[in-house]
Amino acid sequence: MTRDLVIELTYLAASILFMLGLRSLTKPDRARRGMNQAALGMLLAIVGTLVKEEIVRYDWIIVGLILGSIIGYPLGMFVPMTAMPQRIAFSHMFGALAASFVGIAEYTTALRLGEEITSARMTALGFEVLFGSLTVTGSFMAFGKLAEFITGRPVTYRGQNAANAVLFAVTIGLLIYLIARPVNQTAFFVMVALAFLIGVFLVLPIGGADMPVVISLLNSYAGLAAAATGFAIGNNVLIIAGALDGASGFLLSIIMSKAMNRSFGNILFGAFGSKITATGKSAEGLVVNEVSVEDAALRLAYARNVVMVPGYGMAVAQAQHQVREVAELIEKNGGEVRYAIHPVAGRMPGHMNVLLAEANVPYDNLIGMEEINPQFPVADVALVIGANDVVNPAARNDPLSPIYGMPILDADKAQSVIVLKRSMNPGFAGIENELFYRPNTSMLFGDAKTSLTRLAAEMKNL
Amino acid sequence: MTDIIQVYVFVLAAFVGYQVITRVPPLLHTPLMSATNAISGISLVGSLVVAGSDHGFLASVLGLIAVTCAMTNVVGGFLITDRMLKMFKHQPERPAEKN
Repeated sequence: MTRDLVIELTYLAASILFMLGLRSLTKPDRARRGMNQAALGMLLAIVGTLVKEEIVRYDWIIVGLILGSIIGYPLGMFVPMTAMPQRIAFSHMFGALAASFVGIAEYTTALRLGEEITSARMTALGFEVLFGSLTVTGSFMAFGKLAEFITGRPVTYRGQNAANAVLFAVTIGLLIYLIARPVNQTAFFVMVALAFLIGVFLVLPIGGADMPVVISLLNSYAGLAAAATGFAIGNNVLIIAGALDGASGFLLSIIMSKAMNRSFGNILFGAFGSKITATGKSAEGLVVNEVSVEDAALRLAYARNVVMVPGYGMAVAQAQHQVREVAELIEKNGGEVRYAIHPVAGRMPGHMNVLLAEANVPYDNLIGMEEINPQFPVADVALVIGANDVVNPAARNDPLSPIYGMPILDADKAQSVIVLKRSMNPGFAGIENELFYRPNTSMLFGDAKTSLTRLAAEMKNL
Repeated sequence: MTDIIQVYVFVLAAFVGYQVITRVPPLLHTPLMSATNAISGISLVGSLVVAGSDHGFLASVLGLIAVTCAMTNVVGGFLITDRMLKMFKHQPERPAEKN
């Protein structure tokens, strides 16, 4: 009895420490210490669990803890920041796998021991394996798309939404049946298999540019799976931590879809970017102004006020360090440099911030969309590095464009714009960008990293 | 009765979580994701019991895999979050608002 009380107290302490840890993330200066507190909470919860009465042997546990540490250490220490989106998707898969396996083991053990599974417990177990399994395969698909061994283009076919709806309905039907008749093992395993399929089909039609929403949503599902585990085994720390994760992922997906001016339904079932139809304005008859590295360097060197607009292209080219180098040269000449961060630039929430922080850009200079937009008109140069849709003025003025209504960075309002871009191919959404054809826009073609290196070399010679 | 209390706990925790996380600036959204990822390793609490209860080979193997996966998230998640947060630095000497 005293033992149980002590265990519950460690869980309570862990829950509080988790909340303090997440709260610390509201302030960059306090965040590290807060996360150490959360880690301490995790340690407490683990130690508390290890002394539980139900645990009678430690061999499997020790092997698992050692294996997990061996796999986790390199995943934590050596994965480069540029690989962060796929790294996050990958670990959602691990978390969800743990939850669904615990659910399956709980279910089979209960049946083997002839325990009665109440409908409340079956509901919890059902949601646990449902959320768990679909998050496993969904995250794997997201991981594949981000690591580019699965096509980043949306995969669509006729009757896709109808087929998915049927799959979904059958799975829910099985869950309801199981709640009524928990002893039917076949139904249980068919439901698990269908949940795995749902994960695959859910992410298949979603394009790379929509990944920030998908990753957040999977984050939320992984949390809900953990919370359902808590309901199934009657453990409050699991419920609390799962609820925190679920809320966090849910909130992030709302923020991300708002930043794209699209609803959840539209992202999940809209298959954005699958068809490259010329709904927007055509680029025919328009000319682009190409600029030489020398001219661009000259303009940047004498600019007083420069706004950098990084996009996914910067991440692909891994050009964040070169961006920083060019920024330093501008600052050395007395200019001011800031960075305009669109919430959905890149492939996950906060992608650009992490990359630029890695390149030693002080976070005070990383400015969010709402704050930086009024300042574009006073900027001498907006340097667009591999960003496309997030600076497309069509979102403001072309009601026919698929991205119409999406909040964008007003780079076009700067005195002049220099765009670093590989070629004139349209961006991920397959939409023409009229920013590139404006009279005050100059294009500097080439790989962003190479272009920036050449720019920096040229600026040093001035 | 305990079921209802669990629902209470869930709803209140989700509410508090929502309130806290609303105030996390976009700057730290990636560390937030990796932090919640590390915290989702709390499935360990369930996994450990499954792996250590000696309820037959199948349960033990499932438990072993679950412990491994959850521990991977705990170790990897907290390490990478710290690595990321370490990179976020203030402007050195020069004050942020200059003009």
